[in-house]
Amino acid sequence: MSGNVGIVIVSHSFDVAKGAADMVRHMVGEEVRVAFCGGNAEGGLGTDVSLILNAIGSIWSPKGLAIMVDLGGAETNSEMAVEMLPVEKRSSVVICNAPIVEGAVMAAAEAAGGGSLERVRAAAEELSAR
Amino acid sequence: MEVAPSMLQAMIVRTADRIAARCEELCALDWAIGDGDHGTNMKRGWNAVGATAADIAAMPTGDALSAIGRTLVMTVGGASGPLYGSFFLAAGAAVKQGLRLPEDLVDVFAAGVQSVGARGRSRAGEKTMLDVLVPVLDTLRAGMGQPGLTAKVKGVARTSAELTAAMVATKGRAAYLGPRSVGHVDPGARSSCLIVEAICDCLEGRA
Repeated sequence: MSGNVGIVIVSHSFDVAKGAADMVRHMVGEEVRVAFCGGNAEGGLGTDVSLILNAIGSIWSPKGLAIMVDLGGAETNSEMAVEMLPVEKRSSVVICNAPIVEGAVMAAAEAAGGGSLERVRAAAEELSAR
Repeated sequence: MEVAPSMLQAMIVRTADRIAARCEELCALDWAIGDGDHGTNMKRGWNAVGATAADIAAMPTGDALSAIGRTLVMTVGGASGPLYGSFFLAAGAAVKQGLRLPEDLVDVFAAGVQSVGARGRSRAGEKTMLDVLVPVLDTLRAGMGQPGLTAKVKGVARTSAELTAAMVATKGRAAYLGPRSVGHVDPGARSSCLIVEAICDCLEGRA
């Protein structure tokens, strides 16, 4: 449903990203749109700004998107991708400080219930609270 | 004054060649404290910039710097893409804001350095590319208009890159190693040094 916050999963590994997305779908079904990307242009490990932009565009929701990342480059490249969006869209995308698999599942559960972007992010980041 | 297209093209080509020639060295440095792909990532990015060198060099200087930045962002992959990309995007934006070259080179370079710091939430002393870029900026600022500046800048870049070996990484992938990162030159500092050297070589007429 495009009426809910969507989840974007960005890993260095295509398999990790796909696996995390599979888990989210298993948990919340079709209630939440999920996009994922992983790996570099040659199919190796890495993250790629253009792939992240494609993932964001593929499930764009006016209610917002929450991005889950793994290691540093995924976060830096996701930040860059968000900054390359049109100005009016940037504030509708957040990058969550959360473990990628658990964060994605928790965020999706909140999103499936119709939670706002802030609540979705909080649900994911609760896992990182110290 | 704009940078002459022929000079800009020479700088791009020489940088791309230098990065490609040192690809294995950069990967080896990255294997020691990171994930080993800095050389191949940088080579991919600068190959893409080099492939369009003539088109980029034909643009006004500010647009050309921005085009280099956009290309690096979209092709490098890894954290160094947005970091180097941000440098050139910010430098290009600084030129477009009415700054003049070469008089305002320091301000243009400073805009790039500031952007790298903001993107990486980092500063000098944390074993990153900033440990080369910041001393180079300081050297430019202190020595603009003086003879022998490019030789001095290259010396500072090389020394500064070497000095990162003694530093403990607190930013980037190497931070996971903490104290074990000591003894290894930072790959980003080394690649920054290579780019600075290539550009200085061109300014010295060795293109």
